[in-house]
Amino acid sequence: MAKVIGAVVIDKDRCKGCDLCVVACPTDVLLLQPKEVNDRGYHYAFTAQPEACIGCASCATVCPDACITVYRQVIK
Amino acid sequence: MNPNDIIKPENLVYARPRLLDERNTHYCPGCSHGVVHRLLAELIDEMGLEDKTIGVAPVGCAVFAYNYIDVDWVEAAHGRAPAVATALNRLNPEKFVFTYQGDGDLAAIGTAETIHAANRGENIVMVFINNAIYGMTGGQMAPTTLLGQKTATTPYGRRADLNGFPIKISDILAGLDGTCYVTRQAVHTPAAVRKTKAALKKAIQNALDKKGTSVVEVVSTCNSGWKLSPAKSNQWMEENMFAKYPLGDLKNV
Repeated sequence: MAKVIGAVVIDKDRCKGCDLCVVACPTDVLLLQPKEVNDRGYHYAFTAQPEACIGCASCATVCPDACITVYRQVIK
Repeated sequence: MNPNDIIKPENLVYARPRLLDERNTHYCPGCSHGVVHRLLAELIDEMGLEDKTIGVAPVGCAVFAYNYIDVDWVEAAHGRAPAVATALNRLNPEKFVFTYQGDGDLAAIGTAETIHAANRGENIVMVFINNAIYGMTGGQMAPTTLLGQKTATTPYGRRADLNGFPIKISDILAGLDGTCYVTRQAVHTPAAVRKTKAALKKAIQNALDKKGTSVVEVVSTCNSGWKLSPAKSNQWMEENMFAKYPLGDLKNV
């Protein structure tokens, strides 16, 4: 069976740490940085479990700041 | 497999739309405005309307919308966006004109302009962001505020005997003969965002086909005004707002 794997890239300086992508992710890939902040003082999102990503783009769809880029590859 | 092996242009599924400016928005974290801006930027690009679009920015949080979407914009006086859009559309019938308004702009100070523009059936799209509060000025009661909802000016909750009832302006607009498409959507989940995008696309197509006024109400969150986190605001919206403002098409001719 073909396996779908994905990857997300987060523009951390654009991220405002609203947590909506973390809630929307079906495979719990994303988390907010617990301590680190970006230039504007927000706890930005990062990929805590990048290997679980399926490239569904749910995170990018709900992101109000359009800071997530999604890639997907089907491995046959 | 290494994620870096997947990050190639041919595997791209989603990226920031080309027409959305590089600059950061001034909206609070988690604000629904950002999502709707992004959807408009995507659709204008996808439908090839970059040089044909004129937006009318309102007064409210979205007053700086002209800084974020790279098309032509006009800034209207408070509530007068539909009147300005009427003029723009009549003088430039080949252009696509839309207004982007909040509940204070569309349902309070601009009620007359909104109703009469819709009644005349101007070929414009009204994007209506309904978050049941005056977000920009600090969370005062709006006409769309729910009964019992606490705001800066109704600290004990909105009361019908003192403050009146919440207004369902889209239902009023749906009853007018000039409107061709009135819908109420939300942007709290990925599925809802996709539906909103489809609704906006249909509204834009109606304006291009000169079918009449299209109104897309987006039930939104104002987490700063509601004093909740963005994720909790979405939950609160689902539990409370959707009972008064049910999602779906109100009119589709």
